[in-house]
Amino acid sequence: MINAFEITEQCSGNQFRCEPGQSVLKAMEQQGLKCVPVGCRGGGCGFCKITVLSGDYECGKMSKVHVPPESRACGDVLACRIYPLSDLTIECRPREPAEPAKQQTTTKSMR
Amino acid sequence: MKKGVMRPGHVQIRVLDLEEAVKHYTDLMGLIETDRDDQGRVYLKAWTEVDKFSVVLREADEPGCDFMGFKVVDEESLVQLEKDLVDFGVAVEQVAEGELKDCGRRVRFQVPSGHTFELYADKLYTGKWGVENVNPEAWPRNLSGMKAVRFDHCLFYGPELAATYDIFVNVLGFHLAEQVLDGDGTRIAQFLTVSMKEHDIAFIHHEEPGKFHHASFYLETWEDVLRAADLISMTDTSIDIGPTRHGLTHGKTIYFFDPSGNRNEVFCGGDYTYPDHKPVTWQAEQLGKAIFYHDRVLNERFLTVLT
Repeated sequence: MINAFEITEQCSGNQFRCEPGQSVLKAMEQQGLKCVPVGCRGGGCGFCKITVLSGDYECGKMSKVHVPPESRACGDVLACRIYPLSDLTIECRPREPAEPAKQQTTTKSMR
Repeated sequence: MKKGVMRPGHVQIRVLDLEEAVKHYTDLMGLIETDRDDQGRVYLKAWTEVDKFSVVLREADEPGCDFMGFKVVDEESLVQLEKDLVDFGVAVEQVAEGELKDCGRRVRFQVPSGHTFELYADKLYTGKWGVENVNPEAWPRNLSGMKAVRFDHCLFYGPELAATYDIFVNVLGFHLAEQVLDGDGTRIAQFLTVSMKEHDIAFIHHEEPGKFHHASFYLETWEDVLRAADLISMTDTSIDIGPTRHGLTHGKTIYFFDPSGNRNEVFCGGDYTYPDHKPVTWQAEQLGKAIFYHDRVLNERFLTVLT
């Protein structure tokens, strides 16, 4: 754990540790936290979209529909596909609670 | 099969990283790589399938499903179905023989849900993989992972279910095996078949068109589904939900994701249907039980995570 990074999610105040090479979403899930919604965990569905407010990280492949290059440049990325290189402060704004029948993919709201 | 559409034939899936995807669909799921083409696409099949391929993987920067193809009994039926589609007002596109390797000409069209389908009559018959056609053994011994038996069906999310139903039922000869109706009697899910299976294709209402929920593969037994669950854990594969049973179709199932976030299902069992069977109806207020028969509650990820 010596080299683990500290991830802080600003809306919930949750903090959790992330090993080098581990995705932020996986670290969060392993520590039983729910501050970022978990979808496909593969960069495809856009469910775990966050904004990185500070810190350095590497990105894996993410669907261009959910993370176009301009979003990526602003730190709007998918938590399942970022790997911290330093401590990170992230923000995941809670989605509007929706009735199950009215729920849509995050695609629309995130575009 | 009354209009000559015989069965699901293939699905082309977009993936973010081709080799990661090939490893997932072969090592984990047990499909067999049968070819690659000069566009870089990879062709796969499950071992009991008699034609050369049923899954095509294409690397792209957005995952999802390009199209699903149905095999029809012969060229004569294909000509008639194409004419019927055009007469019904559906725009059709010709895809030349060989565009998919060893596949005959395809008639491609889009339905109002926003999904693209194809009909074709010919594909190279390679026989079941790993067993002879004469005096065949029960199964080949060198299968990998989940040892998927066949590509079974897809579930798509999109709008305009009624207009989509009209094309599948009235033009292509499918029949409605199961449905979910809301309080007003509007169909919000439709499970359609050309066979005795409860679904060869299914649609669930969703505002955004053209979304892909899952591609499904058949396993023989519940034990195989549990073994698939073990393999999902052993390989640290992203799980969605299961093992469990559906109310709809009563199939026993597990859902997981490929490395690009496309959902896969492996399942066993499930009810059967004949063309004289009335559709099985689930009420929307029982949707939790309809989808997950044991939990009886809706799972947000299952309803909203799509590619």
